[in-house]
Amino acid sequence: MNNPFSLKGKNILVTGASSGIGKAIAITAAAMDAQLHITARNEQRLNETYNSLTGPGHTTHIADLNIDAETEALVTSVSKLDGVVLSSGIIKTLPFKFINEGELNAIMQTNFTSPVLLLSKLIKSKKLNSGCSIVFISSIGGNFVGAKGNAMYSASKGAINAIQKVLTLELAPQKIRVNNVAPGMVKTEMWENSTTFSAEQIEEDAKRYPLGYGETSDVANAVVYLLSDASKWVTGISLVLDGGFSVQ
Amino acid sequence: MNIEKFVREFADQYDDISTENFTAETKFKENDEWSSMTALSVIAMVDESYSVRLTGDDVRKSTTIQDIYDIVSLKVNG
Repeated sequence: MNNPFSLKGKNILVTGASSGIGKAIAITAAAMDAQLHITARNEQRLNETYNSLTGPGHTTHIADLNIDAETEALVTSVSKLDGVVLSSGIIKTLPFKFINEGELNAIMQTNFTSPVLLLSKLIKSKKLNSGCSIVFISSIGGNFVGAKGNAMYSASKGAINAIQKVLTLELAPQKIRVNNVAPGMVKTEMWENSTTFSAEQIEEDAKRYPLGYGETSDVANAVVYLLSDASKWVTGISLVLDGGFSVQ
Repeated sequence: MNIEKFVREFADQYDDISTENFTAETKFKENDEWSSMTALSVIAMVDESYSVRLTGDDVRKSTTIQDIYDIVSLKVNG
């Protein structure tokens, strides 16, 4: 039988593909026989991802999605797509009383405004094929749970889930599906480079996850499902990936 | 940097307990209010007031406000 989980013949755009979850998604989707079109700001690190992709037909697009002209150039240069994964994001931990306009704008811009505007331009330019699958990397934070110090990040992810519901309905006539994955804590460079929490604090936090912290591959495998035809009746969902954290 | 000013800024991160008697030698974790949230507030205060990135590990290994002050001073001058 045809493997319904295969991505063979699909052209898939992945943003934030130079590191962490985005990189793992690109590599896994390529291994499932998709053609990957990967984008990020850092050329060297994006090339590292590119060199890790198996199979033919992949392309790289250096772009800062916070700059409109670079987003436009990406939309123009990319081929017609069967999947879009919006994985670019930043995090900043601040107690609510310390949030400020600069930090709030930066996180909302990168995590919400820029990916949403990219998607809007892709749709308007008719770059999404019928049956295309859109996947946002959202979070349990801001949607299912709160975490102290996480106000700005949570707001950006809550906004993603809000807009997803509308997009789901607007794009359904074209059989374009719009889903989120909502991970809990995943071990990534972005998290490891954060110095706000000590190793002991992180170890304690990991104990609160029945299955421990997640790996980037745990997210990538779920995204492959949502990109594949195996999920062709699935739209408008948030697939929670948190090792049992949020049922407690 | 000024230690008296720093002690006041540090004390300001507590909302419940009385901090009038806080000095440089105060063991800042040995009270009923100290929590991971206070730690986040201290890190944010240091970033806002001194443009220095204090780490969770710096806070963990410190006992007195003076300890934190010394770390911040080093980073300010580094």
